[in-house]
Amino acid sequence: MSKVVRTIATTALVMLAFAAADVARGQVADAVRQAEQQRIDAVAKAVKPAIAIFSADGNGGGSGVVISPDGYALTNFHVVQPVGDYMQCGMADGRLYDAVLVSIDPTGDVALIKLFGRDDFPIAEMANSDDVQAGDWCFAVGNPFLLATNFEPTVTYGIVSGVHRYQEPAGTILEYTDCIQTDAAINPGNSGGPLFNAAGQLIGINGRGSFEKRGRVNVGLGYAISINQIKHFMGYLHSGRIVDHATLGATVDDDEEGRVVVSNILESSDAYRRGLRYSDEVVAFAGRTVDSPNAFKNVLGIYPKGWRVPLSFLRDGTRHDIHVRLTGVHAREELLAKTQQAPAEEAPPKRRPDKEDQPDQPDDEQPPANPHGEPAKVPDELRQYIQHRSGFANYYFNELNRTRVWNAFHDTAGDFAVLRGDWILSKGEEFTITLGDETSAIKTATTTISLDREKDLSEQLEPQGSGGMLAALHVWRRMLVEGPAAFGDVVYVGTAPLVGHAGLHDVLLGTYDVVEANFYFDPASGELRAVEMAPDPDADPCEIFLTDYREVAGTKVPHRMIVRHGDNVFLELEIESIQLSKSDKPEA
Amino acid sequence: MIRQRCRLQLVVVLLFCLGLHENTLQAAQSFAGTIDSVQPRMVKIYGAGGVRGLEPYQSGFLISADGHVLTAWSYVLDTETITIVLDDGRRFAAELLGADPRIEIAVLKIDAAELPFFDLNEAVDLNAGSRVLAFSNVFAVAAGNESVSVLHGSVAANTKLSARRGAYATTYHGLAYVLDAMTNNPGAAGGALTDRRGQLAGLLGKELRNSLDNTWLNYAIPIPEIRSSIDEILAGNSRPISSEPDRRRPIESVTLASLGIVLVPNVVAKTPPYVDRVLPDTPAAEAGILPDDLILFVNDRLVNSSKILRDELLYIDRIDEVRLVVQRQQQLIEVSLFAE
Repeated sequence: MSKVVRTIATTALVMLAFAAADVARGQVADAVRQAEQQRIDAVAKAVKPAIAIFSADGNGGGSGVVISPDGYALTNFHVVQPVGDYMQCGMADGRLYDAVLVSIDPTGDVALIKLFGRDDFPIAEMANSDDVQAGDWCFAVGNPFLLATNFEPTVTYGIVSGVHRYQEPAGTILEYTDCIQTDAAINPGNSGGPLFNAAGQLIGINGRGSFEKRGRVNVGLGYAISINQIKHFMGYLHSGRIVDHATLGATVDDDEEGRVVVSNILESSDAYRRGLRYSDEVVAFAGRTVDSPNAFKNVLGIYPKGWRVPLSFLRDGTRHDIHVRLTGVHAREELLAKTQQAPAEEAPPKRRPDKEDQPDQPDDEQPPANPHGEPAKVPDELRQYIQHRSGFANYYFNELNRTRVWNAFHDTAGDFAVLRGDWILSKGEEFTITLGDETSAIKTATTTISLDREKDLSEQLEPQGSGGMLAALHVWRRMLVEGPAAFGDVVYVGTAPLVGHAGLHDVLLGTYDVVEANFYFDPASGELRAVEMAPDPDADPCEIFLTDYREVAGTKVPHRMIVRHGDNVFLELEIESIQLSKSDKPEA
Repeated sequence: MIRQRCRLQLVVVLLFCLGLHENTLQAAQSFAGTIDSVQPRMVKIYGAGGVRGLEPYQSGFLISADGHVLTAWSYVLDTETITIVLDDGRRFAAELLGADPRIEIAVLKIDAAELPFFDLNEAVDLNAGSRVLAFSNVFAVAAGNESVSVLHGSVAANTKLSARRGAYATTYHGLAYVLDAMTNNPGAAGGALTDRRGQLAGLLGKELRNSLDNTWLNYAIPIPEIRSSIDEILAGNSRPISSEPDRRRPIESVTLASLGIVLVPNVVAKTPPYVDRVLPDTPAAEAGILPDDLILFVNDRLVNSSKILRDELLYIDRIDEVRLVVQRQQQLIEVSLFAE
């Protein structure tokens, strides 16, 4: 019996202790205080890199977030479109910084800008947005209704309402794929601003809401572009280009059994060349399971044009795993036209009650009636950072990165500019490859093939089955000797994966004669890893993977080359001897 | 024995204390686990609409393992083909089992088994200040096997909607949870309101706009308010008698003419039973039936077409009372009349 009493007493004591503890803390438990403090800390950390973007003429603006100490910042395309090349950005520290446009991704509604004035900007820490789940706490930071004249951002708290959402293109070409839906208030002016998780890590860029008959204000459904999508585009976004999204060259639909099957495919597409056919069931794409057409569109929307991604499909019960190269959604002219259309013409009417989703650019953020009126005055010290060129948002940044990549290669591989004579690559009697300024040739025990300079390079795809190995090597030597400035037209594309290598590689795209060639550089070492020469955009390129770099004539050159074409390895070249001769011609 | 009981008590107390501790921690935690447990019970409903800003979709949730779905009574259900898509993406043709337009609920049935569902017996009551989650396919953001949207908020008030009659046009006048979250958007009606642990508390109502100041009210109907009506529908008491094969007809039945009601011409398969004319000096005229009234119920049984109404009258003896519920704009009016 006494034990019962003792137990009851203990029980009472324990309960009392809890109650007393609560009273002592003013009725608030430690866990609640900790949660509150965590939230305060997360907000304090997250507001620092947030920016309020203002157009120089005072019309228009939005939000953004700084992602590098030297001032690169993310925002929406639809925020910068009416603002132009030059803008001003207010930060939580109360200061106003000058910024210029770097790149735009009109389809994904993303833009990169660069702020000036510091090299120690506070930056947002990026999360893995694939870890985000419906029900997670999150908060938006930005400048809704352009409220913050002191640049102190507004914070709106909410939960994630849904993930991997697909939102059809609205109004213009903005398509939100694989986006994060939140009930945190996203209002006009929040556009381009960051969405953070509860720890204050960046998970997305806010840019769109479901607006309907209630006017252009939040109705509990906002959408953020996932930061993982933007990570894929990050290299491209530094290129100063107008960046395009991708298509597979095939469309999918769900059949009666709910399988996702190919409903249409272009015979000119890489997917077709890799074996994908009408009515094949797509089961995985870029490492993700595909169980609905939306799931497929979600994957497609987060990769840039030109990337190669794995795709798995079922045909007659057999699984096929292929790598497909994604082509651009838009033709170059089409993308330019859509991007360059005057925002005033493109902007939706002031009220469109029956339109469900629109970029949240509010009425009071509308660009001035005449966007071609007097341009905002760019400060003199910023003029050097703005260069116009067709197809580019700001060519300055393309040249900057082209130079960066080339200098890194130069630093590791040496200077080939003086080695303008013939390059002779050989292995005993087996083969001798001679690469020169004018022509190049391959000689084996039985045959000799040379390039005919009277004909286009794209017509000389010898040796047979290689897709143009000799022409690719010729182009490779030309790039090394001439450098990107003199090779032909050379553009920094961005970063892309390279089959057989981990991580992303810097890509330079060179156009010479009538062929295009991609040069893949390892960003860590600066080494040139591969050359891909495409004689025709609708044909498989010749790919030459370059390894086993050794010293020759004060430079480093690859002694092993793997030549691939389509699905096959055409040749593995083990080179015993490389001679790089200096120009035999007198200097001009 | 006693010792065992003591231990049990201690364990209970400790669990209680741990529980308290856990609750406070939840203040900061993600709702992801809760949401995962609720989502399999949510459904997307597709039906009539698609014109003049009437969205052809709404939300619902399973209330039995055999495929009973609770949703809001609306024009979306006014069609022969109602489609229900489960959280796992499976599609079903749904049958309208019954409805109670007075409280704007309907129960649908799909042919399926062993489904996860909300047990109405376990529905919880909420107070003002309770934190809630609202699950719905608002704006049809989710399709196929995509999970419906979840919004969070609190109960702002536990009150009667009739308090604002006049300003807010609504048929439902009963108790409602008024919410501080924007839960009642297009397509959200019929969604589930749960507490923060995912326990069912209410049914999300329709969009409700104040015609005077163009503000919008978000509300959910508490389950206890609609429970008896759901049970009536499940018991088959809301279905037309004419749908029951072995029911006997009286020798002399009530007819529309004997009531003095002329309906609008029966032109389509499911012409709604709108009153076209009321003949003078007839029971209908005396009872105050007016042209354009929509007849919803005959003797508590739902009649959602002219044909069903005519069939239903065949089962009422000419000497018996006829109770009608008619909708006149946003008002529901009950009348009782006897045939001539």
